[in-house]
Amino acid sequence: MSGAGGLDLRYPIGGLFAALGVLLVAFGAFTSSNAEMYVKSGGVNINLIWGAVMLVTGLVFIVLARNGSRPR
Amino acid sequence: MELTPVTQLTWIDYLVMALYFAVVLGIGFVLRRSTKTSSDFFQSGRSLPPWVTGLAFLSANLGAQEVIGMGASGAKYGIATAHFYWIGAIPAMVFVALFMMPFYYGSRARSVPEYLKLRFDEKTRTLNAVSFAAMTIFSSGISMYAMGKLFNLLLGWSFDFSVLVSAVIVLAYVYAGGLTSAIYNEVLQFFMIAFGFAPLVFLGLRSVGGWDGLTAKLTEVAATRGLAAGAYTHAWQGMSSASTNPIGVEWFGLVMGLGFVLSFGYWCTDFLVVQRAMAADSMLAARRTPLIAAVPKMLFPFLVILPGMIALALTSMGGPTGGEGIIPAKLNELGQPLIDGTGRVVLDYDLATPMLLIKLFPEGMLGLGLTALLASFMSGMAGNVTAFNTVWTYDIYQSHIRKNASDAHYLWMGRAATLGGVGLSIAAAYVAGSFNNIMELLQLVFAFVNAPLFATFALGMFWKRSTGHGAFWGLVAGMSGAFLHHGFTLPLGSSAGVKGGYFGLLHTYPSEMAQTFWTAIASFTSCVVVSIVISMVTRPRPESELAGLVYSLTPKPSDGDLAWYQKPWVFGVAVLGATLLLNLIFL
Repeated sequence: MSGAGGLDLRYPIGGLFAALGVLLVAFGAFTSSNAEMYVKSGGVNINLIWGAVMLVTGLVFIVLARNGSRPR
Repeated sequence: MELTPVTQLTWIDYLVMALYFAVVLGIGFVLRRSTKTSSDFFQSGRSLPPWVTGLAFLSANLGAQEVIGMGASGAKYGIATAHFYWIGAIPAMVFVALFMMPFYYGSRARSVPEYLKLRFDEKTRTLNAVSFAAMTIFSSGISMYAMGKLFNLLLGWSFDFSVLVSAVIVLAYVYAGGLTSAIYNEVLQFFMIAFGFAPLVFLGLRSVGGWDGLTAKLTEVAATRGLAAGAYTHAWQGMSSASTNPIGVEWFGLVMGLGFVLSFGYWCTDFLVVQRAMAADSMLAARRTPLIAAVPKMLFPFLVILPGMIALALTSMGGPTGGEGIIPAKLNELGQPLIDGTGRVVLDYDLATPMLLIKLFPEGMLGLGLTALLASFMSGMAGNVTAFNTVWTYDIYQSHIRKNASDAHYLWMGRAATLGGVGLSIAAAYVAGSFNNIMELLQLVFAFVNAPLFATFALGMFWKRSTGHGAFWGLVAGMSGAFLHHGFTLPLGSSAGVKGGYFGLLHTYPSEMAQTFWTAIASFTSCVVVSIVISMVTRPRPESELAGLVYSLTPKPSDGDLAWYQKPWVFGVAVLGATLLLNLIFL
């Protein structure tokens, strides 16, 4: 599926989510020893966890777009 | 406002925001190349797949009133706010998909007012087009105003800066890629909001001890406010009378006013959302658009209402003085908390969700959460701007000002209207204010303009005898009915003015919401009565002209070659069943 204008929307969504995911995972890993920062989120390193979720989601979008399968 | 900002962002938060805006603008830039005709610009060339139009159908409505307003109502009314979804939106979305989309899409009208022109006459179209265009500008201005105010308070950004920058970004991508660009960005915004708010709800529930902890806390809150124990965590408890539930509406006003008139008026006739379905690549895709939107829509209460409830529940855990929990009090000009007639502090409910974001998200995630919030404001603006430029160009400019220009001229006009629409929205942003809950203000405007519309469309689509004169005077009567009803009633504890009562006082409602719902009912009823009476005494159009426009004179779309699970009506029934189940769970 190319959709309007030859732009498959799954690429920009996947790209953004993967990039944000990498950014948050890296930041989460880098700050994981900073317990004070994560008091807010109840001791959960939410940057690391949610960054990973976003990275995986982004990759799924990119894989779907590359396979050219059209979601219904 | 000279206030200390609530929090400050760090480089990582700004980096998250910058990445998002780079992609938003990039989409507009890439689509610019392929936006060559007015059909590309206004209708996406009717070429988009249903999952895209479906998510955009949902997301175009995800403006300020949704994310901030639903959080505010969650804190104010509890889970009963979900009625806006489970009684309001979902049944209307199923109805528009199954029964109305065949006429919108099949008539090849390019806009909702244009359908009125095909079915009725020019004056009905013009009345609808002008009132709709004014409403889109108003809504988009409110969205900008709310955003500017919020980001000033939270981060200390200047109001002018927020309004101007968001307006320029929306302008840039809509100007470049038209409707396709707006729709693509709406889908992106949908995912940003879902992924920005899901972790907020997760952390929020974790901090109050799960759903059980939330229920326990809110039971205490209900007791201090003199409501039934389960008032905040059960959607239907106390709905038999207006005085025993937090909304202050009895079930009849709720089901008829919100469920039937307001929601059907909005989801079935508002060009802002219908335009998304009209951009689909086939009749089947157009009919599936609202159904695909309904699936995430029925789960959205958990993303947007729960944060408000959690913010309220954090109350008993101690928080800043003056307000309740993490929801601050509204301040008067002297900076002191406002007190209402009963001696209670008036809370600034619109801050419930944003304060929860700031309280629970560390830097990094805070950038993501605030970006999701920005995304919701901007999708509201862009949706209104694309609906405005289409209605202006096709229904006002082409039909009254310049009839037979070249396609390139109308494309140019569309871009010029985008510029004009954004400019007018900025002006509206500076005019907005005065209500304590953005959503109630929007519902009020919709009650005046939209409530009679559903009556007109329903009569037009399902009663071949209805005439152009009947439709036009019905709409006029409906809007006047709303105005009169609002002018003669007031919500409890308000004085005559913007809240109503400007013609005198005949009745007092227990809440603003109740007044709004009954205004809608009054408007709908006057429109139906006047439309029918005038239609009966005026000459109907010959049946041969109404094929494709009226239910009884149009061949039904054939689903014969689809497997049973692909048929739109099966999908619709499944959506309704799931919604019923949600109502039962939170009974």
